[in-house]
Amino acid sequence: MTRPLLSVEALEKRFTLHLQGGLEIPVLDGLGFSVRPGECVVLAGASGVGKSTVLKLVYGSYKASAGRVLVSHEGAPVDLVSADPRTVLDVRRRTLGYVSQFLRVVPRVAAIDVVAEPLVTLGMPREEARERAGTLLDRLAIPERLFSLPPATFSGGEQQRVNIARGFAHPYPVLLLDEPTASLDARNRATVVQLIEEAKARGAAMVGIFHDEDVREAVATRLVDLTAERMAA
Amino acid sequence: MSETPLLRVEGLAKRYGALKAVDGVSFDLWPGEVLAVVGESGSGKSTLLGCVAGLAESDAGSISYDSRHDGIVDLRALSEARRRWLLRTEWGYVHQNPRDGLRLGITAGGNIGERLMAVGARHYGRIREEAQEWLERVEIEAPRIDHLPRTFSGGMQQRLQIARNLVSRPRLIFMDEPTGGLDVSVQARLLDLMRTLVTELQLSVIIVTHDLAVARLLSHRMMVMQRGRVVEAGLTDQILDDPQHSYSQLLVASILQG
Repeated sequence: MTRPLLSVEALEKRFTLHLQGGLEIPVLDGLGFSVRPGECVVLAGASGVGKSTVLKLVYGSYKASAGRVLVSHEGAPVDLVSADPRTVLDVRRRTLGYVSQFLRVVPRVAAIDVVAEPLVTLGMPREEARERAGTLLDRLAIPERLFSLPPATFSGGEQQRVNIARGFAHPYPVLLLDEPTASLDARNRATVVQLIEEAKARGAAMVGIFHDEDVREAVATRLVDLTAERMAA
Repeated sequence: MSETPLLRVEGLAKRYGALKAVDGVSFDLWPGEVLAVVGESGSGKSTLLGCVAGLAESDAGSISYDSRHDGIVDLRALSEARRRWLLRTEWGYVHQNPRDGLRLGITAGGNIGERLMAVGARHYGRIREEAQEWLERVEIEAPRIDHLPRTFSGGMQQRLQIARNLVSRPRLIFMDEPTGGLDVSVQARLLDLMRTLVTELQLSVIIVTHDLAVARLLSHRMMVMQRGRVVEAGLTDQILDDPQHSYSQLLVASILQG
């Protein structure tokens, strides 16, 4: 059996709110799961159970209180909880992608360059990166006349699709998907499902949150139920 | 990944009388990395920047810099002349007020050309050509090359200051509240421009700002300063999305609403 590309071990998170007199909010207590190449593990559980928190802890935009997040980076495991910021940034550039439904807009960058940027950062010539970006935008039904415009002026749905294209531009070995299909129409939803299937086929390990039941059914190779995890812990 | 930091600061301290303006600050800056130093006014962030760049004397600690020609040098032990030379050739310093970083009595082209001449350029035609090219990169129209900077708007002056700093191909840029005195719309343009240039030229940057949105857009890493000390340091998105220290939580809560 192939080795996991992502292993979460005994992950704990509590928020300490100093402005509320040091109030402690426990969110996770000893979560563990691992994801092998070609798998899409779907996080399940009621709203508020901490699904998005898990993705943010894995990506490192939240700081874990304890535990390990091991990502196979250039052939060696790296623990993102204890790694220095520079290593985390390198893992994010090459190995670990994150697709959320919200695009953080940079004021004046053209949509096609927003999508091409992760590839250019990794050294792909700009024209080649743009070509790949264009193909993805096209698959996500962004009309070509919008390619050269900054997404700041786009509708919410269009921005979301630009963001999905950006997330799938580089073939990250590990991908985190935070409700990428929320509020998409059926056709675009089907495209995202297809992108996820293609990522599986190339051996990516994915962890996702999907509210849409059909999408979940279509892409999930396994469920991790956070409600059960919490009770077991 | 490169194995030597470009800059290593250890235990840096600076006093003004009884006030510890910078109190034992340590950090590494790696090639291609943008480090934001945030905190409210009086936290010591600008003093720290001045001390590291050698514009102000520090009282204790060490600052080592991996220079292009001489390898690793101890900046606090370096002669004034050598330090000035680094500042002109390998570094840039973008002041909050562009009038502190520009020469107002010479033309825009002259402001850029002067920097080139300081590093040895002599061919007038080529200097002018390069000045022209840089004006274009910072989105200043070509005919303005012969105008004095005092006829420019604040945003244009700031863009000119950036061009003047970048023309000599520095590796390390210090920025002190570069978007400070500008309108929001002008800020957005400048931020976007800085972001593009930093990525294209693979610059290492230390940027001092009280504006967390600026830090989020430009920086990879962040240090939060309070009363001369670094109270929290780490990935920019981690500090902004999940601040740990009570002072960082206060900063994020009070500035990032809405």
